[in-house]
Amino acid sequence: MTSEKRKKLLTLAVLAAALAACLVVDATLPSYHIAVKVISKASVYMLVAVSMNLLNGFTGLFSLGQAGFMLLGAYAYAVLTIPVAKRDSVYQYFDGGLLHFSLPEIFSFLGEDLGTLVGMLAALLVGGLLAALLAYLIGLPVLRLKSDYLAIATLGFAEILRTLFQWNGLGPITNGSNLLKSYPTFSRATSYVLLAGVLIFAVVLLINSTYGRAFKAIRDDEVAAEAMGINLSHHKRMSFVISSFFAGVGGGMMAMYMGTVAALPFRSSMTYEILLIVVIGGIGSITGSIIASFLYIFSSEWWLRGLDSGTFLGIHAPGLFKNGFRMAVFSVIIMVIVLFFRRGLMGDKELPDLLGRRPKKQKKEVAGK
Amino acid sequence: MSDPILRVENVTMQFGGVVAVDNLNLSIDPGQIVALIGPNGAGKTTAFNVITGVYQPTNGAVYFQGKKIIENHPQGKMKAQYKGQNAGAYSHVLSPTPDKITQLGMARTFQNIRLWKSQSVFDNVLIAMHCRRHSNVFSATFRLNRKEESAQRKRAQELLEIVGLADDRGELATSLPYGKQRRLEIARALATDPTLLLLDEPAAGMNPQETDDLTEFIAQIRWDFHISILLIEHHMDLVMGISDQIYVLDFGKLIARGTPEQIRNDQRVIDAYLGVAEDA
Repeated sequence: MTSEKRKKLLTLAVLAAALAACLVVDATLPSYHIAVKVISKASVYMLVAVSMNLLNGFTGLFSLGQAGFMLLGAYAYAVLTIPVAKRDSVYQYFDGGLLHFSLPEIFSFLGEDLGTLVGMLAALLVGGLLAALLAYLIGLPVLRLKSDYLAIATLGFAEILRTLFQWNGLGPITNGSNLLKSYPTFSRATSYVLLAGVLIFAVVLLINSTYGRAFKAIRDDEVAAEAMGINLSHHKRMSFVISSFFAGVGGGMMAMYMGTVAALPFRSSMTYEILLIVVIGGIGSITGSIIASFLYIFSSEWWLRGLDSGTFLGIHAPGLFKNGFRMAVFSVIIMVIVLFFRRGLMGDKELPDLLGRRPKKQKKEVAGK
Repeated sequence: MSDPILRVENVTMQFGGVVAVDNLNLSIDPGQIVALIGPNGAGKTTAFNVITGVYQPTNGAVYFQGKKIIENHPQGKMKAQYKGQNAGAYSHVLSPTPDKITQLGMARTFQNIRLWKSQSVFDNVLIAMHCRRHSNVFSATFRLNRKEESAQRKRAQELLEIVGLADDRGELATSLPYGKQRRLEIARALATDPTLLLLDEPAAGMNPQETDDLTEFIAQIRWDFHISILLIEHHMDLVMGISDQIYVLDFGKLIARGTPEQIRNDQRVIDAYLGVAEDA
């Protein structure tokens, strides 16, 4: 039991250290600094990657609809938070749009700062709930499919949703193929990290509850799970709905990060990025998804930038290091990771497992973060 | 005598043109151990799958604790193809999924072991209690069901002690030796709190010593858990040792039923299945 307690304490210490690092970054660097940006983006990706892992890794349903649910969350967030005064200019081709309210303004009786925050969180929640509702509706026909077929169906659904949102008929709400902008956003990296962290904590609690155990049983052996009284369609749909909820909230946070919302970025390539993160981190490991999101976003957006712009690690070679070279190197790195870590960086291990296994290494890890 | 706990009535299972189970009638009284035996391909496992809801029978009905739980009659293309009897006797369709049947109080093990591979021994038993939960997904996620959770954990530990696997609770289920995996499957089935336990070849692949232990174990859990047991088995020592009733299937047809003594001396069973000792 004492080793259990020590594991818990060490885990808390690692998480606290990570949070402290974010606070330091926020306090010392301006909000437009690349470090703040990549931490924010990585936080969004880690939430969505965890939501995908819940479905693909823990329930064994291979779904590729994540970008679709994110799109819904992003639009819901933007539509509900654009200030009324700015709607005329945002919806200039649609006579100021259909909706004439915004959640931050509705909650303004709480005081300006708190009202805005509550309104933003409420908009994120609505985005998540809409995504969950849609998942509930399409779950019934789609979840009868298995493996690759389920992936194709959900992928197709996400693409349909993206096209639909660009349709001018929905313009008074979605602004057609024009941008949604001028809505409030988080400017500090810590806000993103905290919000994503709290939501991921809820997923971890779910996974370790009796329902989470049932999900894992379905993943391991459907026939046995059903024979032991686990209602397959009910549980699969539950997992799909919960996963989509978090993807929707993640989409809302994505809208905050991007500053403007359009349907175009929510292509299937976004789903593939997230799938890549889940696979690199380890299918069935929350910790893996978190680590992989940070590594992926940091590398692709920041650390490897030099490969595109002439100078990398002090080597000046404009002939070789030009546009596109970054992605070539990046692909090689991913291939190497997949070759040497067959089950992803973490396999199905979590942070406490790492801390408990080798007593000598744990100190390094705490100090290193 | 009280109502039988399970009654299989005129069940026929036809796949295309093949009649795998032909008009099977079978009943189990409370507390009985009933064995279903027969040569390979006789339709024993098919009968099992019909009772547990994996297959929908082509014709016939199944009653559990006096209530009709499964019923079907030939429909569609099968109407013309149907080769069995009692074609007009049933008119309703009742086909619950296996999980519903488990929740009614029937639990099974599998001929080819189907444990949850990535889960520990303890979790395998714990997960099986999920079907008896009262918490919903929110109360379970936010730990408002502590009482239920700790009761489940305590019960899982008890079950592991009863089947003698308490020392292996942290091991991966698939890392256990074969005999222990069989026991774990039984423990997992018992965790669903059944009134009828269905064992599909529980002694398959076991040596004589292990089979003897298992025989004793099955006889004991019948009393400890107040359950009835339906088992499929090829080890005649086990079957003859503990069964109250034996049903013999051959090519889908019931060829005999009776006590172990009657079955042992039944000429048709000897011809079809048991054979004669060579020195006789």
